[in-house]
Amino acid sequence: MNSVVHLSRRRFLALTGVSASGLLLGGFAGVANAARAGGDATGQRLNLFVSLREDGTVEIIAHRSEMGTGIRTSLPQVVADEMEADWRRVTVVQAIGDAAYGSQNTDGSRSIRNFYTTMRHMGATARHMLEAAAAEHWGVPQDQCSARQHQVIHSDGRTLDFGELAVAAAGQKVPQPAALMLKSPAQFRYIGRDLPIVDLHDITTGKAVFGADVTLPGMVYASIERTPHLGGRIAAYDGAAARKVGGVLDVVELKAPQGAPGFNNVEGLAVIARNTWSAIKGRKALDVKWTPSEHSDHDSEAYLDALQEKVRAGAGTVARERGDVDAALAAAGKVVEASYRTPYLAHAPMEPPVTVARVADERCEVWACTQNPQATQSAVAEALGLDKKAVTVHVTLLGGGFGRKSKPDYSVEAARLAAHVGKPVQVAWTREDDIRHDYYHSCSAMFLKAALDDAGNATAWLARQASPPIGATFDTTVTQLDDGNLSQTFGSVPFAVPNLRVESHEAPAHTRIGWLRSVYNIPFAFGVCSFVDELAHAAGRDPVEYWEAMIGDDRYLDFAPEGFAFSNYGRPIAEYPYDTARLKNVLRTLVATIPWGEKLPAGQGWGVAVTRSFLSYVSVASKVSVADGKLQVLEMHGAIDAGTVVNPDRVHAQIEGGMIFGLSVALLGQIDFERGAVKQSNYHDYPVARIQQTPKVIRSHIVPSDALPAGVGEPGVPPTAPSIANAVFAATGQRIRELPLSKHFSV
Amino acid sequence: MKLKVNGRSYETEADADTPLLWILRDELKLTGTRYGCGDAICGACTVHFNGVPTRACRLPLSAVADGEVTTIEGLSADGSHPVQEAWRRHNVPQCGFCQAGQIMSASALLAGNAQPTDDDIDSAMSGNICRCGTYPRIRAAIRDVAGRGEDAS
Ligand code: FES
Ligand code: FES
Repeated sequence: MNSVVHLSRRRFLALTGVSASGLLLGGFAGVANAARAGGDATGQRLNLFVSLREDGTVEIIAHRSEMGTGIRTSLPQVVADEMEADWRRVTVVQAIGDAAYGSQNTDGSRSIRNFYTTMRHMGATARHMLEAAAAEHWGVPQDQCSARQHQVIHSDGRTLDFGELAVAAAGQKVPQPAALMLKSPAQFRYIGRDLPIVDLHDITTGKAVFGADVTLPGMVYASIERTPHLGGRIAAYDGAAARKVGGVLDVVELKAPQGAPGFNNVEGLAVIARNTWSAIKGRKALDVKWTPSEHSDHDSEAYLDALQEKVRAGAGTVARERGDVDAALAAAGKVVEASYRTPYLAHAPMEPPVTVARVADERCEVWACTQNPQATQSAVAEALGLDKKAVTVHVTLLGGGFGRKSKPDYSVEAARLAAHVGKPVQVAWTREDDIRHDYYHSCSAMFLKAALDDAGNATAWLARQASPPIGATFDTTVTQLDDGNLSQTFGSVPFAVPNLRVESHEAPAHTRIGWLRSVYNIPFAFGVCSFVDELAHAAGRDPVEYWEAMIGDDRYLDFAPEGFAFSNYGRPIAEYPYDTARLKNVLRTLVATIPWGEKLPAGQGWGVAVTRSFLSYVSVASKVSVADGKLQVLEMHGAIDAGTVVNPDRVHAQIEGGMIFGLSVALLGQIDFERGAVKQSNYHDYPVARIQQTPKVIRSHIVPSDALPAGVGEPGVPPTAPSIANAVFAATGQRIRELPLSKHFSV
Repeated sequence: MKLKVNGRSYETEADADTPLLWILRDELKLTGTRYGCGDAICGACTVHFNGVPTRACRLPLSAVADGEVTTIEGLSADGSHPVQEAWRRHNVPQCGFCQAGQIMSASALLAGNAQPTDDDIDSAMSGNICRCGTYPRIRAAIRDVAGRGEDAS
């Protein structure tokens, strides 16, 4: 997900107005912004993220979006720990979109890694100010005062509750970052503990507020028929029958601007009604004709066939090169080659996109289940010709996001319609809208070729791919992946092979390509991790042993001498080195927990895969059975080395959930285009994993580490599909090189 | 048209073909019942209709008149239904969007079968999608209510 920022950075910055990923303590300048930033916090403000009410309630701002990772709990948990706040007296307040917070773009698995230190500073700052206020109150030196569990305690035993200090603390000077004393890990009270998510009670009682639960006085409901193919425009329409449907108020053309799709709405025809059902019924009565476009012939099967042939047949642009691959292949005793392909995917979060917008007095207010409130703010402002400051974006809970809700096209729709009808408008996407008008996960065609020596060790690795680029969504002249995209597994393979070359072919985009939970790591881990397994079998060696041999010695990888601009998910390589020891360790740790090598009945097998994704090292092992054409995944085990973790239970939940998301990718996920339009429409023809397809045994393991925190939300996904395909090979001898597996087995 | 939800009677002027889901959400503001597919495929809108787990998105108002509807808001007054409590003990929810539907299906299962086998659980819960993948914890929570601890057999 970083790659899109990387790829079209200027464009992206223009959209978000954000200058860098992190908020430094310089963010305290944001205190000037206090009246707006901070949502509904009502207490005395200690800093941008912490307010304190006189009853002692600590209000901590959650500036990242909650879509199921637990981030609304985990980051405030860090603040509370450093602040010595009593968690039971903490209230979490969701931030509106405001650049004062730094990036709020909740994707790229970076909330903890980019804000862990910032949140510790925020907590420690508040603690210092409380201690200073108590020292002043007692007329004693500050070093005799220390905060502990919502009190400041003097060395003689006197105490003051945080609440009693609220006003005085807010008046203290903000300490310089260098003056902050952070806790040592041994002093952590909440970091590293399984705190339940703050929304748990509301979720289990139905009270949690998601996007569609916001209603405003006088609000009307819109349902939008959109162009079936990218670039289509309304050629003609008849809205008379729709207008006759009871409850329908209006039929409104929703024009799309020219140029790259970006975060704009696509062209559509909106039915405005008094309630949801009338809007849906009215829409069914519409008659619309669309103009063709350069994408209205797109056929995904033929497109992938062509990409597949291209990567097999000829050299592409070289992205990374070591040694002389061609010479090594020519000299080899044994050459192995294979073609892999993966389809387009839709995100299909349980909650389809939805927004409520109100436009009045040259201002717009938006309530949205968005991963990216600042991009929403910018996109809405641009669409309405308003200044960004005139747009306020409230963030609800998200019923899943997976990258879909980073793109605020649906909020732009609501804002445009609200401006047109002069009333608050809710735009709620149906599931059919969601499946047919997504920013699709890129399909991919890969070709891999290796030379093996007599011992079966690889002496050459040639990898080519063609996949439509995310960059084309923002700049239509982009036709192939860049090094940032290729950094996701394909270009960054950690192999100790003397000759290695990675190539890329053009693959012009014919739909809006977006990022989905682990992005290009998904197709590329499938290709790379399947092919290593193929090499192991070709060499007659154990796949785990072979993986370790391929990875080779313990070392930090250096890509620069091989001409590859490794993006490292936006972090300096000195800070987050690519450490082969940790990669091998996560594999070993995982394999030690399963009966790898056990004798299994016919038709059963184990498979394994490992990669580095969003700075974490992650491995998945799966056990399958195949009988009478029916594939059942019996077990999935995942291990992650994500460095320091804040809330282990939520990390386990993300690994479990990531593997099950990966199970959907492996078994079921496929979006097809025919004549430019998506064929699938709902969960019946775009199925996702259900409980009965989920293995009875699912285990996750966190490799203990005090390294810097790395990503957690996404990494569980990529190794899952290849681990299952490798297990299928172990079970049956059948090598599946194309996803989903439902094409080959009943699942 | 009349309907009875969570023990209270309501009157609505909505069209008879309106799915119960939209009456609950748009009119009664009982928003715990959620839209996920509109086609009885995902289970996000599951309510109890005369005690039977039912997809509100495909239940027209005209069919509801003589029955009793229970939504997540009416399952217990304060969230203390044993299934809700087990859900919290096992930290089941991720995003939470599907969970009201999951809890309604699970509570209906346990009301009719206090000792479900693993296969009973999978089959009773097979109509409820969780895109976040909370299935292992859903199973564990249901087993827990059934007094079976966390065995994974
Ligand atoms: S919304 Fe009713 S089953 Fe999906
Ligand atoms: S918890 Fe997110 S869909 Fe189930």
